[in-house]
Amino acid sequence: MAAHLSYGKVNLNILREAARKDLREFLDKCAGSKAIVWDEYLTGPFGLIAQYSLLKEHEVEKMFTLKSGRLPSADVKNIIFFVRPRLELMDIIAENVQSEDKLHSSRDFHILFVPRRSMLCEQRLKDQGVLGSFINMDEYILDLIPYDGDLLSMEYESAFRECYLENDQTSLYHTAKGLMTLQALYGTIPQIYGKGDCARHVANMMLRMKREFAGIQNQILPVFDTLLLLDRNVDLLTPLATQLTYEGLIDEIYGINNGYVKLPPEKFAQKKQGEASKDLPTEPKKLQLNSAEELYAEIRDKNFNAVGAALSKKAKIISAAFEERHNAKTVGEIKQFVSQLPHMQAARSSLANHTSIAELVKDITTSEAFFDSLTVEQEFMTGVDTDKVNTYIEDCIAQKDPLIKILRLVCMQSVCNNGLKQKVLDYYKREILQTYGYEHLLTLHNLEKAGLLKPQTSSRNNYPTIRKTLKLWMEDANEQNPNDISYVYSGYAPLSIRLTQVLARPGWRSIEEVLKMLPGPHFEERQQLPSGLHKKRQQGENRTTLVFFLGGVTYAEIAALRFLSQMEDSGMEYIIATTKLINGTTWIKTLMDRPESHAA
Amino acid sequence: MAFVTASWNPLGEAFYRKLELYEMSWSIRDGLRDSLVAAAPYGGPIALLREPLRHSPSSRPQLEIYSASGIAITSFPWKSGPVVHLGWSVSDELLCVQEDGSVLIYDLFGSFKRHFSMGQEVVQSQVLEAKVFHSPYGTGIAIVTGSSRFTLATNIEDLKLRRLPEVPGLQGKPASWVVLTQDRQTKVLLSIGPELYILDNTSCTAVCPPGLSPHAGSIVHMSVSFSYKYLSLFTDSGHLWAGLSNLQEKLIEFDTKKTDRPKQMLWCRRPKSQQPSVVLMWERLLLVVGECNDTIQFPVVDVSFLVGELDGVRIINSTNQELLQEVPLVCQDIFKIASMAPGALLLEAHREYEKSSQKADEYLREIKEQNVLEKAVQQCVEAAAHEYDPATQKSLMRAASFGKCFLTDFCSDHFVSTCRELRVLNAVRESSVGMPLTHTQFKQMTLQVLIDRLLFRQFYPLAIEICRYLKIPDYQGVNRVLKHWASCKVQQKELSDDAIARAVCVKVGESPGVSYSHIAAKAYECGRTELAIKLLDFEPRSGEQVPLLLKMKRSHLALNKAVESGDTDLVYMVVTHLKNEMNRGDFFMTLRNQPVALSLYRQFCKLQEQETLKDLYNQDDNHQELANYYVTVSYREKRLESRLSQLQNAVDEYNKAKNDFAAKATEEEMRLLRFQRKLDDEKGAGLLGLSLQVTMETLLSLGLHKQAEQLYRDFKVPDKRYWWLKLKSLAEKEEWEELEKFSKSKKSPIGYLAFVETCIKYNNRYEAKKYISKVTPEQKVKAHLAVG
Repeated sequence: MAAHLSYGKVNLNILREAARKDLREFLDKCAGSKAIVWDEYLTGPFGLIAQYSLLKEHEVEKMFTLKSGRLPSADVKNIIFFVRPRLELMDIIAENVQSEDKLHSSRDFHILFVPRRSMLCEQRLKDQGVLGSFINMDEYILDLIPYDGDLLSMEYESAFRECYLENDQTSLYHTAKGLMTLQALYGTIPQIYGKGDCARHVANMMLRMKREFAGIQNQILPVFDTLLLLDRNVDLLTPLATQLTYEGLIDEIYGINNGYVKLPPEKFAQKKQGEASKDLPTEPKKLQLNSAEELYAEIRDKNFNAVGAALSKKAKIISAAFEERHNAKTVGEIKQFVSQLPHMQAARSSLANHTSIAELVKDITTSEAFFDSLTVEQEFMTGVDTDKVNTYIEDCIAQKDPLIKILRLVCMQSVCNNGLKQKVLDYYKREILQTYGYEHLLTLHNLEKAGLLKPQTSSRNNYPTIRKTLKLWMEDANEQNPNDISYVYSGYAPLSIRLTQVLARPGWRSIEEVLKMLPGPHFEERQQLPSGLHKKRQQGENRTTLVFFLGGVTYAEIAALRFLSQMEDSGMEYIIATTKLINGTTWIKTLMDRPESHAA
Repeated sequence: MAFVTASWNPLGEAFYRKLELYEMSWSIRDGLRDSLVAAAPYGGPIALLREPLRHSPSSRPQLEIYSASGIAITSFPWKSGPVVHLGWSVSDELLCVQEDGSVLIYDLFGSFKRHFSMGQEVVQSQVLEAKVFHSPYGTGIAIVTGSSRFTLATNIEDLKLRRLPEVPGLQGKPASWVVLTQDRQTKVLLSIGPELYILDNTSCTAVCPPGLSPHAGSIVHMSVSFSYKYLSLFTDSGHLWAGLSNLQEKLIEFDTKKTDRPKQMLWCRRPKSQQPSVVLMWERLLLVVGECNDTIQFPVVDVSFLVGELDGVRIINSTNQELLQEVPLVCQDIFKIASMAPGALLLEAHREYEKSSQKADEYLREIKEQNVLEKAVQQCVEAAAHEYDPATQKSLMRAASFGKCFLTDFCSDHFVSTCRELRVLNAVRESSVGMPLTHTQFKQMTLQVLIDRLLFRQFYPLAIEICRYLKIPDYQGVNRVLKHWASCKVQQKELSDDAIARAVCVKVGESPGVSYSHIAAKAYECGRTELAIKLLDFEPRSGEQVPLLLKMKRSHLALNKAVESGDTDLVYMVVTHLKNEMNRGDFFMTLRNQPVALSLYRQFCKLQEQETLKDLYNQDDNHQELANYYVTVSYREKRLESRLSQLQNAVDEYNKAKNDFAAKATEEEMRLLRFQRKLDDEKGAGLLGLSLQVTMETLLSLGLHKQAEQLYRDFKVPDKRYWWLKLKSLAEKEEWEELEKFSKSKKSPIGYLAFVETCIKYNNRYEAKKYISKVTPEQKVKAHLAVG
């Protein structure tokens, strides 16, 4: 079921199994039949750890969504709340419990806090007078969730906002804890590099926690050689750009949530003979996207322009495989052919799905609007006219294009120009307020606070220096047979990944100047290993680096890292971890503030 | 070497030996006469109370504590009531049982720790006799009172007094009694005349030892073995009976021909004993009676005291201390005269080898011919473990090492560990330390306990050496020692806080697993809060620091620590604590110095206490956030006037924050709201709350061109955007004439391709064509293509 997690260089299934074991143990603590009341936010992340079947094996009979009022009736012995430690959720739980007591008195209540229990929440339950109603109160430490064979995510959506807008570093504490858990399972990571304030903070906490745990020495041979912690605000540009890999585009257009995408159903209608076409499905088609699907693993990180060719090549291989049946003469040959059938049929349906998805994506990417917008993005990234009001953005505002699109472009211009002239900035802001409404004043303020929008203060725009030193723009990006990571944005090489690449070779010392221009400190720490655990590397054996993006990472960045892992001479394998998988839209959304209107 | 067997005495088939352990370092004037003596087993400390029953207040009895080698640890005058019995607990604490039934507990260094009572009724009836005993449950105490009642406590750490049933016919105390631990039950075995009774929780049962002659007389003394498995009885006719303590079997019956009661009687056994014996001591005689009814007699020259051990009996008198034990079989095999055991041959071979004699080869050949070399090595190693004299140990180990050379695939683990253990044992046996442990005792009590006992004695450097030498993982070894040391250090009243903190820090450093908060809690218990705070500074686990700091009312510090930890929940906990503890002003001031805590509290307020949020911003003069706050609030107002007044507040704050843009934007919003309200009232246009753009759009669609125009001018809408708006609006309503007029009003800021495309969008090719001519040359192709 989760075999794809163990294919990579690091077997992430160990982590998943550890998480499943904890879950089973908790469920078994509450003897008898159970109903789970879910904090809705958690259902997605939990789906990556355990399917319903696991819960069912442990007598979970019903599942509800947490909402205020009375709990739905269910003939079970235990009611278990799976919640994040948030005060507003405690109030709902209290309401649930209070209205419940009068009806049934025989049901037992339990709370499972994810990822950590909180004294504040317990105090709130106590104040509400329901703390005593809970038989079990436990925490389910789910910091890093295995997302794919080389990818871990905390699925902590608000991490960036909390860190940069609210100065709330809870997510970083969870990150540090998660990394400690990871080290408990995969060995102490001997080298830690980092760039950015949050990275520094996480590293400090890790070193501190290591002292706390010390004594109980970790005797596991380290799997990871290096940990690289990167703040998202070191590279604000990359997420703003439109991703051009297959997976990146699916996410940009349809949004991938906890590994699933919902697609318009029309293209997936099964056309069977004799059936009228009126029964078109209306429910969106939900597909799981991960490396368990062979074809998807093959094409997801390609530039979208190379996907068509890959799909048609695959189509030929599959039909050739089906043609084989004509060559099967003997009973043995036929038998062998039949035994391969299920695999071939799966491949064929996978091919059909991705052909449909590719068609959907292509409809968008070939549109004029997409092209225009991409052109402007690329102008900004290459530093063309970033210091004046952009006509395309102006037109888009006049056409009332979606606000987020506007914000992405304006922010991008600001980032690529190291801030906008006050006049230009005010002009954009005014345009946005007049067109989309005054209430967005708060959002604009947030974007300024996060550094995405800013007035130019220093006289010099250092983006061109950064771009040149790190070779962020490659004129002749090869989309079909890439030789550089810049293919993921058809020319733009993500800054974050360039930093990673340079760290591996030739080292950050070569780019001191640029590092100083980027926000926050850069640092290196070493963690002492017990003697005897020092790796004896085989000739030609790759080193493994865990790259942790604090504040989110895009699919295109992941694709770029996978590309680096696969490069023959890189000598480095990358495992990726992040607080949340993001794209420009989801990211900007978390930074928006909308005052609730009570006006008539 | 040659004299190993000189101290051996045969007893039946076996041998007994008396090893001198120490010449006692103490100098006690009257010897052990008239003293209450308690010596802990496993080579533990010795307590002496001189003339315990002297009541005169002018000359109080002296309580003295010595190491087993007689080095004085402490002594002090006994100021409490008369003591009946002294005993040691398993954790080297001295228990003093007083006549009135109270038990006072002291540590090794004579500092009083606590006390408890054996029951109220005892105060009246008084304790006649008491015994301290050890069982798997810990240290126990049993007493018999003046009213002939027994009371038991099986574990002094978890005190539960059990008053045993009355013994029929008992007057005063019984002639003799012992405590037995059998089948997880603690019982008392007692004698009245010739009768023997077992007293347990519920009843008193008469029992009869098998094979005890009915004419043996009254039982006047009894004792149980170290393991509680064996019992010995002595009668007033001089009969000794010994057997299993469950009274199923008799092992010895012997007539000592001495009618006076022995001062002490003890079992002398060892694991895998060949010839267990009972040792009896009178004024001038020590008698060892074996199972074979053979005896050994030793004269007693000085007042002595016997201590029963797992594998022998220690004999302590005022000048020296000896260990009487059965010679272990393997030692007998090796050292017995003319022994041909493999080990004996190997030892001989090595001896010849050292003399460079070729006889070495002959002996070795003999061993190898019998194919017993491995056995020989093992015997030597084993025997070395049992020998007390380092020279003997060495010669045996060297022989073993020599033999090893001729063996292939020999696993030397046992050899190595024995070497190490012997070094440790020799170190603790040193007179200056004074723990005369045999290897057998050491194995039984385990290394952990040995280290604990070194810690009780405060032999910290030695304990650390041992831990390092035996490579015990730090968290079980060195760190445990350091923790103990530090906890002890903080209680040293004569040293300053700084000195102690520095000393602790230098020694403990960052040793993982040493809990500074534990040490700090100790310091706090001793009333040294400042020291505790200094020590807490070194604690890496903030989760541990914070609660103690709060307990010590150091809230500010607790807050700092919580923030340092990064654990936001911990910060919240302290903040909540502070909020309840302080007045609002102080609370805010405290937060102000802790930006992280302040941000977290703001987060909390955003969700829970909006009003407080405002106060917080106010206090910090954070005009920008305060303005944002007012903006947020304005949306919640139902009435326009209130909404406007909130926005006015926002304007004021934005001005204070020198955010001209926001101030102006807010003012414009207010103007727009007023305008919308006016039109809504006049025309029912439903504009309130719409953006400027949508307002103009709505106005145009309602045909209110003049009003739209007014907004366009008043709010300085860029021409481009207004032209787009008007173009789309007119096309949508298909007011083509109006559109044409508009196109000619001035030069289009958005060009004319937009006109062509918009007309096409609304399916009017005819109108579209009108604008083609005006399209710029570069866009002309596109325009023609659009029209088709």
